[in-house]
Amino acid sequence: MSAYRPSQLVRGAALAVAVLVLSACERPPIEYVQSGYRGTAMGQVYNPRHLATQADVNVAPAALPPAGEGTPAAKTIYQNVPVLGDLSAAEFTRLMVAITGWVAPESEGCGYCHNLANLASDEKYTKVVSRRMIQMTQYINATWKQHVASSGNPGAGVTCHTCHRGKQVPANVWVAERPPGPQGGSLGNRVGQNNPVRAVAWSTLPQDAFTPYFLGTGESIRVAATTALPTGYVDTLNRTEKTYGLMMHMSDGLGVNCTFCHNSRNFGDWENSTPQRVTAWHGIRMVREINNGYLAPLASALPTHRKGPLGDAPKANCATCHQGAYKPLYGTPVLADYATALGGAPPATAAAALRKGGRS
Amino acid sequence: MAEYQNILTRIQVRPPIYPGVALPGGIWKRSGKPFLNYWAGWFGDAQIGPIYLGTTGVFSLVFGLIAFNIIGLNMLASVNWDPVQFIRLLPWLALEPPAAEYGLKIPPLNQGGWWLMAGFFLTVSILLWWVRMYQRSKALGIGPHTAWAFASAIWLYLVLGFIRPLMMGSWSEAVPFGIFPHLDWTAAFSLRYGNLFYNPFHMLSIAFLYGATLLFAMHAGTILSVTRFGGDREVEQIVDRGTASERAALFWRWTMGFNATMESIHRWAWWCAVLCTLTGGIGILLTGTVVDNWYLWAVKHGVAPAYPAVYPPVVDPATLMGGVK
Repeated sequence: MSAYRPSQLVRGAALAVAVLVLSACERPPIEYVQSGYRGTAMGQVYNPRHLATQADVNVAPAALPPAGEGTPAAKTIYQNVPVLGDLSAAEFTRLMVAITGWVAPESEGCGYCHNLANLASDEKYTKVVSRRMIQMTQYINATWKQHVASSGNPGAGVTCHTCHRGKQVPANVWVAERPPGPQGGSLGNRVGQNNPVRAVAWSTLPQDAFTPYFLGTGESIRVAATTALPTGYVDTLNRTEKTYGLMMHMSDGLGVNCTFCHNSRNFGDWENSTPQRVTAWHGIRMVREINNGYLAPLASALPTHRKGPLGDAPKANCATCHQGAYKPLYGTPVLADYATALGGAPPATAAAALRKGGRS
Repeated sequence: MAEYQNILTRIQVRPPIYPGVALPGGIWKRSGKPFLNYWAGWFGDAQIGPIYLGTTGVFSLVFGLIAFNIIGLNMLASVNWDPVQFIRLLPWLALEPPAAEYGLKIPPLNQGGWWLMAGFFLTVSILLWWVRMYQRSKALGIGPHTAWAFASAIWLYLVLGFIRPLMMGSWSEAVPFGIFPHLDWTAAFSLRYGNLFYNPFHMLSIAFLYGATLLFAMHAGTILSVTRFGGDREVEQIVDRGTASERAALFWRWTMGFNATMESIHRWAWWCAVLCTLTGGIGILLTGTVVDNWYLWAVKHGVAPAYPAVYPPVVDPATLMGGVK
């Protein structure tokens, strides 16, 4: 018999590994905020360190001073202002200055969209796109109050800044991607999943979480059985994984847990859900509408370098506005200061504007 | 002086190399020249080999290697044969079962055919290994308890990958071969079928799983604590109770008024472990075939409690506006 003694080093390493494994690789502290009846696991998990980083990117910029009164309508002074022509000239100019700060603060300023020698010219694609985006903003604020003003706050809503945050292209947009792995062949089919991408929060779920739900007619995300006993084949596990992938995006994009909207005892059940789920329901439809009506059609106006690898226009998802916050900019009523310009017309007029805008 | 009593082994037992008891007649002999290994000695017996291969063992290894290669080469092909990406993405990679539209038909190779083949070879390999375990038990003159315990695990494996997909009429209901993919599949399975935690057989399975670990901790702790009196020689203690066995029993009798015996503790452990996968398999088999939403089933039968409302009533907006999206 001979004796060996494991070194202190081995024990220390084992302890370090155990700590790493047991803390799920995220450095504490973890804060838990209960949001439902005790014992039901309804709550949100936060890491104050992450919240602090996130808080910095979710600060609304100071609003410009209100426009002076008594100026004539913009269309009497400026040419080629089909969407904003009815604004007063002062309000119009104020919005132009605001947009410069929201979208192109560092580069060319007004020249990012305008030919500075002829401001009325539509020769730059950015001007054509921004006009369409102004219409989209008006459409959202007028038509989708159930999503962007669901709290009943009249100042709640969106401006260009909600997505752009000082960037020419919002940080979180999506384009169609080639599916992962070899295309065709007789081996190694990835079936569009098992690839760690941000869209599905680095899970193995089907990586195109957006095309099925945020474009076209929109697939149903309802996959869970609605009866205790089988009543025929309801839905496949693969489609469940697709829904699950979209939900991972929503959770990641809003910085919330599943229990922000759902009661995890039965995800599909509305009676057990929180009111936020209704807001999200409208949000899914809103994103689909703006992708179909405004963003996807821009492909014809955009230069190649602004389009995705398959030639489609960048489109919106939940993270485009939310950027990691449960409400964009934590619900700051950003529209209040620009309601005249971006609040949008009543739905009937908005529809007319949509048709009109479709030609531009 | 070295003591054989700690959580970490402080001494190695390095006896003279021996070939083992004599075998009954057969076409195979034990193969390999035995040797002592330092690292093996930290985890178990320091002696490696000789090994009994046997017909079932050889074929089990062959079929298992075929399955392993089908899965591995598909994973490697799925990253365009890039070894770096293969290692980097390995936890994400998978061999997926056929899509739902194929039902129980045999799909093209790259549409789930490989999955079907890998599943077939792996199943044959596992079943042959089971036969091998059973035969080796008989040859040594011991009971086939280990083989039957393994059979319980095989039952769960067969339910997940073969029996339930057959009953559901679709291979797409089966589990992918992959590290993270099979975990995400598990979560999706519970989401689709209304929360497996309300499945009473899942509850039983968890109880036996936790029961098995609890018993293992209690038993292992007890035996390690009496090794200083030779308590680690469990087999001898069964027939000749010495002070170690006596103390181990007394410890639990003093602590909780009742104690297992040197034999019964192993029956407890065997049943907890066997019932974990046995009840788990039943729970999976009933999912989708007999019960479609376990939460609603539990509500119907008074298992799931109702909690006081915290939020104002929430109504499905699709029912208000027409059309489910």
